[in-house]
Amino acid sequence: MPNMSLKKVEMPVQDPMVRRSNFEEVALGYTEEQAREEAERCLHCPTKPCVSGCPVSVNIPDFIKAVKEGEFEKAYHIIHETSSLPAVCGRVCPQETQCEHECVRGKKGESVAIGRLERFVADWYREHADEEVLKPQENGHRVAVVGAGPAGLTCAGDLAKKGYHVSVFEALHVAGGVLMYGIPEFRLPKKIVQHEIDGLRKMGVDIETNAVIGRCESVDDLFDQGYEAVFIGSGAGLPNFMNMPGENLKGVYSANEFLTRCNLMKAYREGVDTPIQHAKRAVIVGGGNVAMDAARCAKRLGVEEVTIVYRRSMEELPARKEEVEHAMEEGIEFRLLTNPVRVLGNEEGWVSGIECVKMELGEPDASGRRRPVEIKGSNFTIDIDCMIMAIGTSPNPLIRSTTEGLETNRKGCLITDEDGKTTREGVYAGGDAVTGAATVILAMGAGKTGAAAIDEYIQAKDKAA
Amino acid sequence: MFRIIKKESLNPTVTRMVVEAPLVAKKAQAGQFIILRVHEDGERIPLTVADYDREQGTITIIFQIVGRTTMLLNQLEEGDAILDFVGPLGRPSEVEGLKKVCVIGGGVGCAIAYPTAKALHENGAEVTVITGFRNKDLVILEEEFDAVSEHRYLVSDDGSTGVKGLVTNVLEELIEKGEQFDEVIAIGPLPMMKFVCLLTKKYGIKTIVSMNPIMIDGTGMCGCCRLSVGGEMKFACVDGPDFDGHLVDFDEAMARNSAYRDFENRAREATCNLFQKEVA
Repeated sequence: MPNMSLKKVEMPVQDPMVRRSNFEEVALGYTEEQAREEAERCLHCPTKPCVSGCPVSVNIPDFIKAVKEGEFEKAYHIIHETSSLPAVCGRVCPQETQCEHECVRGKKGESVAIGRLERFVADWYREHADEEVLKPQENGHRVAVVGAGPAGLTCAGDLAKKGYHVSVFEALHVAGGVLMYGIPEFRLPKKIVQHEIDGLRKMGVDIETNAVIGRCESVDDLFDQGYEAVFIGSGAGLPNFMNMPGENLKGVYSANEFLTRCNLMKAYREGVDTPIQHAKRAVIVGGGNVAMDAARCAKRLGVEEVTIVYRRSMEELPARKEEVEHAMEEGIEFRLLTNPVRVLGNEEGWVSGIECVKMELGEPDASGRRRPVEIKGSNFTIDIDCMIMAIGTSPNPLIRSTTEGLETNRKGCLITDEDGKTTREGVYAGGDAVTGAATVILAMGAGKTGAAAIDEYIQAKDKAA
Repeated sequence: MFRIIKKESLNPTVTRMVVEAPLVAKKAQAGQFIILRVHEDGERIPLTVADYDREQGTITIIFQIVGRTTMLLNQLEEGDAILDFVGPLGRPSEVEGLKKVCVIGGGVGCAIAYPTAKALHENGAEVTVITGFRNKDLVILEEEFDAVSEHRYLVSDDGSTGVKGLVTNVLEELIEKGEQFDEVIAIGPLPMMKFVCLLTKKYGIKTIVSMNPIMIDGTGMCGCCRLSVGGEMKFACVDGPDFDGHLVDFDEAMARNSAYRDFENRAREATCNLFQKEVA
């Protein structure tokens, strides 16, 4: 008889009052008993609707069955068949809109905690299993991957499993992309990311850091060096600003800069050489996960008042519900239906305030969301000494501007077909470089699709030869 | 890891290093820069490519010892390695089609001006060089500049070498005497570049400056290095570092460069104390 509790087994978390001053992981994960108890809630529907909600089609009921039976190692291998980074996905996927959204149990009560179970399995395996990664037999073909974020790493892992010799080129000094510089330690511990990357290395994937494709080598150079296909997973790292007066004042950061200083360069730690501003009152502009991450980092750096300014209402807030709740528990203020119009500064060039205007929701726009409209004359000022712009990012133009025949749309996103094939033969792409800023799991799904298409392309060429 | 092949002191505060970095050396051009990191907890700092040798696979950097990271870098000796070294970054300087150019270098900015002067010279331009230093002990790259210029003028703030005064005094004299430059290229401290631009604007001479804002990644993903150029936001690491000097908002750039001054002062003092202790 399954566990018919309407609620998920709760996952222990760090106390909000304690965690708001440290960078350690907030959610602590299930114990073996909690995991098995939660696994009992799965009804093992023959139609497996959950699987259709997963962008990489993890065989969810089977791995949950293994958890229920206490066969955690087996559970890991089931997940790993289709997902290269389960410890990451179990933590950062928006399960509420993916696998768990489709779960039958969610129709009445809460869905099965698929994400928490995936995370449990990956963590258990990392801590207990005797991991001997077998290097697959090489098939003699070479593929280059540009960018070591979730899309590139997944593509590299899938190709390596098939025997390809894969080289990943990463511009920063560590691999991981947004998993390293963007998502903070308290949501995704960096040692977990590095562990998963080490696993890829053991499978024979070369990861070359400090390599900016488009500057030190072009895509054409890679083909000249004997790579038969190239996968571009360079992401959407170019920060957007609002082009309003005062945005270049000191104390105004893009979220990318603030988070890079914090997460990649560890500016929150004593004795580290990269500085970060220790502000008193900070405003974060935007309502996505990046805004929540920046706000919660600011809080942990000791900023007394942290306020999210977002132009729509709570309903439309694009961040994960869990992150918004965590942010609120940690004391972050929300000023909704508010939009900045001007940044104010003092005589030394530091930001001293922002002028905002109140908004109301009008008719739905093309995206189906109600369009925020300014309320004339509702302007008011918030005093601040730090401002973080988290209003989205666009793909970096470096690769498209140095590669002939690679077409992009008007937003600068690479144009591909559904298999990730670009307008250049042998060049595939996926993740934020194609979609613009999206989620980790969608990027992984695109990496997977790209790897399958590259395999097919090279095999077909082989046969023709 | 990137091995230091050669290290020499150009003056008491400026060091030249030749670093083994074949991937950077393959494509580096004048006007581009690298970003390096000295140790695991280190910051990323930008330094200009002062020279390159494609065959040897080496990059030359010249840096002034101004704070913690440059002190740590200067502690490394030949045979030691730099942890991270990435590039070439930024756009190369535009040297095509220029016939008569005045290259102005201020202090350690001369290290950036030199490869540009060299590229212009190799491209057949007539190059006039004006270099400025605080005093005679700080003068660098005299022979190097002589090899790539037709005329060279040296000025110092205190008159201890060359002409006493500022680079702008010499430039104005040359212009007044009827020298006609297609372009002036000024590289050095922000106030120097600002005053060169104010002068050349008066005479309507196109002027290029190499900007030096605070950078982190150097690949366009954070916007820390943003500047106002002609009223538009530009990222120096990908749109520059060279810009039309008459369009740059220098006062804003100067303010932005001072954002971490307190932190930098503390880090420098701590590092000074550390090294004194080690010596004693």
